[in-house]
Amino acid sequence: MPTPLRRLLAATVLAATTVLLAAGCAPAEQPAPAASGACDPAGLPTLTAGTLTIGTDQPVYPPWYLDDDPTSGRGFESAVAYAIADRLGYAREAVTWVRVPFNAAIAPGPKTYDLNLTEFSISDERRQAVDFSSPYYDVAQAVITVEGNAFAGATTIAELKGARLGGQVGTTSYQAIVDQIAPTTAPAVYNTNDDAKLALQNGQVDALVVDLPTAFFITSAELDGGVIVGQLPAGDGVPEQFGAVLDKDSPLTGCVSEAVDALRADGTLDALEQEWLASAGAAPELR
Amino acid sequence: MTLELSPLAQDRARYRRSRARRSTAVALVSTVVFAAAVVVGLVNTPGWPRVQATFLDPQDAWDALPSVLAGLWLNIRVLVVAELGILALGLLIALLRTLRGPVFFPVRALAIGYVDLFRGVPLLIALYLIGFGLPALRLQGVPTDVAVLGTITLILVYSAYVSEVFRAGIESVHPSQRAAARSLGLTHRQSLRLVILPQAVRRVLPPLLNDFVALQKDVGLISVLGAVDAIRAAQIQSALLFSFTPYVVAGLLFVLLAIPTGRIADAVAARAARREGA
Repeated sequence: MPTPLRRLLAATVLAATTVLLAAGCAPAEQPAPAASGACDPAGLPTLTAGTLTIGTDQPVYPPWYLDDDPTSGRGFESAVAYAIADRLGYAREAVTWVRVPFNAAIAPGPKTYDLNLTEFSISDERRQAVDFSSPYYDVAQAVITVEGNAFAGATTIAELKGARLGGQVGTTSYQAIVDQIAPTTAPAVYNTNDDAKLALQNGQVDALVVDLPTAFFITSAELDGGVIVGQLPAGDGVPEQFGAVLDKDSPLTGCVSEAVDALRADGTLDALEQEWLASAGAAPELR
Repeated sequence: MTLELSPLAQDRARYRRSRARRSTAVALVSTVVFAAAVVVGLVNTPGWPRVQATFLDPQDAWDALPSVLAGLWLNIRVLVVAELGILALGLLIALLRTLRGPVFFPVRALAIGYVDLFRGVPLLIALYLIGFGLPALRLQGVPTDVAVLGTITLILVYSAYVSEVFRAGIESVHPSQRAAARSLGLTHRQSLRLVILPQAVRRVLPPLLNDFVALQKDVGLISVLGAVDAIRAAQIQSALLFSFTPYVVAGLLFVLLAIPTGRIADAVAARAARREGA
């Protein structure tokens, strides 16, 4: 028989647990944004005061980042990142890099970076979850294969319908396969472009779809006998563009976009494209 | 003849029924209060709207469902084929390991080596080596279909686990059973088939079903080879929308898939207990 005292105790424990559950996870204090609001290190409410933290995936690939080292300033996105930082008034030493896997980069909750440059294509669906800066690169998708493959000579999209195609998961390249080529065999999906290249060399897929600069790099430097079949026309006539990803409603978005716009206006972006992505644009267009 | 309960016994039965009703009511109220506290606590967190939009968006879930279901169909097909292969190969290896006599030493050693190797190697690495390595040999007749290669890998790795489960079952059957069967004039093979194995398999059904549930989830790993299963389909949708809702959808589908297995396991265990006269 439970005594009244015991019953009282049990009720108290339950009530206490309830209160603790409801109140114990008290909202975390939000850091107060800086007062001035100017686009400079003193006015920007970055994660670490006076430092710009830039995120990117691991591994990252040329020509976007050379040697999987974002801190070198070598590779298109690394160079753009430092140019943005420079625009905002951060010296090279005031820039730190964090490696963020794709899923962590787009997760809600506090971000570990101020901005993230990892070939993120801007889309309206994605804007629901994160902020994008102004676009820093217009990208085309390209189909690559190896010499001797039956589809190496394809000149139209229709000819590729019977091919076994592959792409990297979570990329617009994969979407381009589904939306634009719509092959009869379901496309294969790989964790990384490295896995996709291996499958291409093994003959498990006939061709891969990657963005054009990556296509030039893979076919010239990484594949034995790699060939570019051609580039896909812009889907829906809208050019695909890369933008820096920031936390949703980040106070930095405006300043970062201004910096990117300024870099486009003064020709810096064009110069960096010439430097790192020069061979792009020379691939035949698939109709 | 019917048994007429005494008034005292009827009183007791009534009292027990009333206590049972009361404890049910208390449990219900307590559960409701607890659940309400959790929900209130969750909904009042500052990040709740973001979490809701990212993980629990009904529109995203509905959009992702067709492709996730199509992926799950691949999971189920691979699961069925792999499970049949695993049971056959696992039983074979277990029988090889239980062969008696010095002449069978190399067979036993091979079986032990096989189990050590495939129980020790991480499944992901085995998938990479077999899924990308076999086609690289460019041999005629070697499959290049990733679902087939993935299924082969799962069979190889899991049959090592399952063979140990079978062996434990076989060795748990008392030696007197074998002796009795042989003294009745049954051959070694007959005594295995008719006496030892039925008892052994019945004893190890729960761990076998446990391995089956584990396999259900590991089937998704074949996606590293390029096959699009439920998890991969969810990942693709998630990248498209920058939303994690598709993962929640896939997770719920997997749980739904595992629940029947759990109930079957319980039923089988109960039936075995009844038959053992426990």
